[in-house]
Amino acid sequence: MTQKKTVGMYESFTRSGRPSRATHYCAGCGHGIIHKLIAEAMVELGLQDRTIIVNPIGCGVFGYYYWDCGNVGAAHGRAPAIGTAINRMRRDAVVISYQGDGDLGAIGFNNTFQAASRGEHMAVFFVNNAIYGMTGGQMAPTTLEGMKTTTSPFGRDPLTAGYPLHVCEVLNQLKAPVYIERVSVADTKRIMQARRAVHRALEIQRDGKGYAFVEFISPCPTNMGLDSVKAALFCMAEMEKEYPLGCVRDRSATALARAPHAPAPSVEAFFQQSEQHQAPAEEVDASFKEQRLKFTGYGGQGILSLGICVAEAARLEKRFTTWFPSYGPEQRGGSAACSVVISGRPVGSPAVDHPDVLVCMNQPSYERFAHDVRPGGTVIVDATVPLMEKAPEGVRVISMPAIDLSLKLGVPQAANTMMLAALAQLEVTGLKREHLLEALDASFRKKPALIEKNRLLFNEAVAWMEKNL
Amino acid sequence: MTKFVKGNEAVVIGALYAGCDVYFGYPITPASEIAHAAARWLPSVGREFLQAECETASIYMVYGTAAAGRLSMTATSGPGMSLMQEGLSYMAGAELPGVIVNIMRAGPGLGNVYPEQGDYNQSVKGGGHGNYRCVVLAPASVQEMCDLTIRAFELALKYRTPAIVLADGLLGQMMETVLLPERALPKPDTSSWAVQATPETRKNLITSIFINAAGQEAHNRRLQTKYESMRVDAQHDNYLCEDAELVLVAYGISSRIARTAAEALREEGVKAGVFRPLSLSPFPAEALCRTLSGRKALVVELSSGQFRDDVLLHLAKEGQRYQPVGLCNRMGGMVMSVDEVVEAARRELGLGK
Repeated sequence: MTQKKTVGMYESFTRSGRPSRATHYCAGCGHGIIHKLIAEAMVELGLQDRTIIVNPIGCGVFGYYYWDCGNVGAAHGRAPAIGTAINRMRRDAVVISYQGDGDLGAIGFNNTFQAASRGEHMAVFFVNNAIYGMTGGQMAPTTLEGMKTTTSPFGRDPLTAGYPLHVCEVLNQLKAPVYIERVSVADTKRIMQARRAVHRALEIQRDGKGYAFVEFISPCPTNMGLDSVKAALFCMAEMEKEYPLGCVRDRSATALARAPHAPAPSVEAFFQQSEQHQAPAEEVDASFKEQRLKFTGYGGQGILSLGICVAEAARLEKRFTTWFPSYGPEQRGGSAACSVVISGRPVGSPAVDHPDVLVCMNQPSYERFAHDVRPGGTVIVDATVPLMEKAPEGVRVISMPAIDLSLKLGVPQAANTMMLAALAQLEVTGLKREHLLEALDASFRKKPALIEKNRLLFNEAVAWMEKNL
Repeated sequence: MTKFVKGNEAVVIGALYAGCDVYFGYPITPASEIAHAAARWLPSVGREFLQAECETASIYMVYGTAAAGRLSMTATSGPGMSLMQEGLSYMAGAELPGVIVNIMRAGPGLGNVYPEQGDYNQSVKGGGHGNYRCVVLAPASVQEMCDLTIRAFELALKYRTPAIVLADGLLGQMMETVLLPERALPKPDTSSWAVQATPETRKNLITSIFINAAGQEAHNRRLQTKYESMRVDAQHDNYLCEDAELVLVAYGISSRIARTAAEALREEGVKAGVFRPLSLSPFPAEALCRTLSGRKALVVELSSGQFRDDVLLHLAKEGQRYQPVGLCNRMGGMVMSVDEVVEAARRELGLGK
């Protein structure tokens, strides 16, 4: 018997090393028919150059020996993720994901479900033969109740192995899919309907309308343990009872094509326009004594932003600067801490074990960190915190009513600005007051109304210190 | 132009300048700021961002992007990195470029979100199935989080293989000044191998299967030759090593602590230096041997000794006679203090306190 060349498929297949016209599929298998339907539709719709088929794991793994179009191999279950990326990166591409029932319905079901839910622009061709083929006839998610397979040797018992999975019906719960239909390739009449479904799915891709899903009920004589005729009859008699044929959704007439990308600036232009204020590059200055600061308190007291403000001031003076926060669950309630290192040379460790300056806004952090302060260092602690009977040796402890003052001035969240003023007034950061103020202003660049207010608070705190210290 | 940003944000700056077309990722602490910055910045410059349904999907989206001849990245931490191993193996097998950033946290299992370097073996030795390894770069500053991300894209393309930027929670969360690159890298031409949905690329094929064993072996040999050839791109940094009697060997954040420790040791008269690989794969083995020759060595790492074992292996493979190499390490999210390194160094040199 001579075979007619199928359009969209290679003239001869080189899978086995020698050119051949025979596929690797068993006699009576549905894969070959479905391959042809896809190939023909792709050519008839003029999409061959634009088509990329994501090849599966399983019996369909060698699709690329047959389909004369772009081919990408996938891992088991991952074709929807791969297809997602391809359709987004190559908007002209007609992306096809070709998958079997284990691939799509078991190991990769979430990827299938999520890609469908996102409405990815791809046509998914799902070959349901109710069994794993390539690996040796194991139970698939679509295996019928009572059906014997190598891993359900006594017949699939739904009480222990679950029920057959109805993929079309599950996907039909989602909003995004444009088209969902179940067809069969068990006889000529059914194949003609399958042909129409393949065309519809590819037209939807050609027109950029979205997600299309076609399930094929397909015979697997080898693993069903039946001859070709009986396997086809099994598909029609038994499988169609469980998996009724028909279109469950077709929104292709009303679905809109996806909008093109809006024009956007280059990355260089984007960062030039970026809102962050500018600071000069760092410079080496051997004469500058490295300052290691630690800021501590409760989350919500502005501890981290106080640290950033000091770091930004350091940057204005061309200092090498690092800022390192406590992070993770700690930052949601509970304590907050950050370390800032200001240096005249590249900074080594950004963690501050022995701070020169410690700012404490609550009692737990005062008790935890005050003893780590270097001799000659300074602790600025909020006045609400009871001081230890004995201050750490050689360490100056300043009690500052930052919380109280900010409450009195009606801006309770600005206690950190009071602490910034204390740092400036005590001249412990090695930084100029003007730069601390400039950084303070910059920290409110998105809320300019607060700039004046914080300047005022800053001055109030300075006045308090001049009077009381 | 400079910016004061977190290490995690610097990664995205680097990715943008490297020409990364799309970011895929699943949230995980302490890497999430990478996704946050990517979600803001990539669409702002006409690129794409997609939050994937899981890390397995993320890595195959990176795979798909590369298959289509474009550049993409993902970022995660240990648990997500473990999920990505299958995809990394597939990418290595199919010879696809892409960048994966691992902001390491403490493990094994759920562990916690604090910094560790316990994913060293997983990243450097392959991690997935089969004979492969990735390019692995190890930044030690926020600037390098940007620069080595760019380098990762370059090397991923040059060798058509996945490249990992291996950092940790501390580097990801800390802020430093980044000097932005002058200009973005030019768009690469991938038409000779990628499947671009064009007539010219129709015959291109992306796959990692060679059904006959001889073909698969030949593929493996070719991959190994490629990995060997990466040696020329090994990178390292020596700090105060010229006259050192003791060399602290460390990468990433540990090298920053080692740097301060070396300075502290010098202040007390001990000549200490730091050898730091910037690339863990390819490893700067020759430079390591040259630097350590005739000197005592102490490895500083936030893992169980995984890195020290590799230092010993590289020394042995380069033909250096066995020399003891000390270990100063912490795990579980604990970070060694400078004092601890100084003390370990003294012990290594047989000096009292």
